[in-house]
Amino acid sequence: MAILEVEHLSKTFERTEVLKDINFSLEKGQVVSLIGSSGSGKTTCLRCLNFLERPDTGVIRVNGETLFDAADPVTTQEAAIRKKRLHFGLVFQSFNLFPQYTALGNVMLASELLARERPDYKENKRIIHEEIEHKAEVLLVQMGLGDRMKNYPHQLSGGQCQRVAIARALALQPDILCFDEPTSALDPELTGEVLRVIKELAEQRTTMIIVTHEMAFARDVSNHVIFMDDGRILEEGTPEEVFGHPREARTQQFLGHYVQ
Amino acid sequence: MEQFLEQFPIVVQSLNVGFLQTLKLFFVTLLGAVPLGLIIAFGSMSRFRPLSCFTKIVVWIIRGTPLMLQLLIIFYFPGLVLGKQIWGGGEASRFLASSVAFIFNYACYFSEIYRGGIQSIPVGQEEAGLVLGMTRKQIFFKVTLLQMIKRIVPPISNEIITLVKDTSLARIIALQEIIWAGQAFMKGSQGISGQIWPLFFTMVYYLIFSGLLTVLLGQLEKKLDYFR
Ligand SMILES: Nc1ncnc2c1ncn2[C@@H]1O[C@H](COP(=O)(O)OP(=O)(O)OP(=O)(O)O)[C@@H](O)[C@H]1O
Ligand SMILES: [Mg+2]
Repeated sequence: MAILEVEHLSKTFERTEVLKDINFSLEKGQVVSLIGSSGSGKTTCLRCLNFLERPDTGVIRVNGETLFDAADPVTTQEAAIRKKRLHFGLVFQSFNLFPQYTALGNVMLASELLARERPDYKENKRIIHEEIEHKAEVLLVQMGLGDRMKNYPHQLSGGQCQRVAIARALALQPDILCFDEPTSALDPELTGEVLRVIKELAEQRTTMIIVTHEMAFARDVSNHVIFMDDGRILEEGTPEEVFGHPREARTQQFLGHYVQ
Repeated sequence: MEQFLEQFPIVVQSLNVGFLQTLKLFFVTLLGAVPLGLIIAFGSMSRFRPLSCFTKIVVWIIRGTPLMLQLLIIFYFPGLVLGKQIWGGGEASRFLASSVAFIFNYACYFSEIYRGGIQSIPVGQEEAGLVLGMTRKQIFFKVTLLQMIKRIVPPISNEIITLVKDTSLARIIALQEIIWAGQAFMKGSQGISGQIWPLFFTMVYYLIFSGLLTVLLGQLEKKLDYFR
């Protein structure tokens, strides 16, 4: 069974139709790359999955459970949406780290707040806190930031910030981790360290959706590639199919810009 | 010289009493304007148009007219037009009217600073919190509030220093603050008359107090320096 199923997703801002009947699914442990030109709707698609935008139509299902169905008002209620967000993680282009927390604090904050909702929180406060801290430390070490945990975001490079942001998203153990152009705000030198981390996550079979303009990386890391154009999925397939033998003229034209 | 030494303790005694009233007005204004400003800020940012328009007009009127005029209107208007002394009588009534005028006036200035502070926080902060399953309340208290405070401390500090000096405007409705106390020795009070130095001497009080505040607020600003 697919871990994620998206059906008939559409979204209109004012009068512009940004997403037009998007359908795709994703298997557990798979990596999907979402590529396409600027304005094709990639970010909006990720934002819909993370409930930062409310789709006008469509269904979002995770592990067979319908999280969102535009036709079913019960699933679109604000109060219910908060918990549903936890199925997804989102790494932003601009990191959006919390500046007043250290790297470690950023990774721990949401887990600590969620832990307060546990019935045994009062009795086991200390143990729970230590568990969360330990988990955060392990994640930061995994991101290669073992010596940076006590630093504040402004003391870190862009690449380090983005790796903290990845650790922060992973801390909540989302079913699907989404990346929105994770390296677009970085100097070319710093891009590599972030892509390396994502590649490692792919090797550990983390389920991911990656919006990227790094075509070589997309080809290398993904199991499936989706090419979006003007709010639609124009073409999809294995990296070999989409990058090696694109069927659509539009895809060929788009990929042509990246061949040097 | 001998005369000065004789007058000095009398004057200081009297200025102290006046300055106490100045301090009272200062702290009452802060205590009232800090929270009221937040309410006004939320009003002016409301998505309910009539409310935000109304709030913006009120803020425009209060910020666009002299505080001295507002003091006069608030103090005299009820008695003259409504024929009712809603402020009561004596020094207490003048203090009450001054407090209302100052709180309202400063709350409007604060509201604009708050609004700037709130709106200067990038939406990405809230979105990052939402995606991590935080409630809006948690996001406000754990993420945005401190960033807001950091941004509003410098402009609020300016307003606070201005407030120290603005309290003297209450002199216009004869609130017995320090300027009033200093001036009394020109007309004659406690056997001293025709002396202007007591009025000039009030400067010392203002300088010490505003200097103290500057240091304190500077320390607060420094405390928030650990992040950007
Ligand atoms: N909040 C919004 N209000 C109005 N229009 C929007 C909004 N967000 C996005 N759009 C529009 O939707 C379209 C798709 O935007 P989106 O950000 O999803 O594209 P994208 O594929 O991520 O592009 P890029 O590669 O530049 O990031 C654009 O035309 C954009 O102007
Ligand atoms: Mg985008």
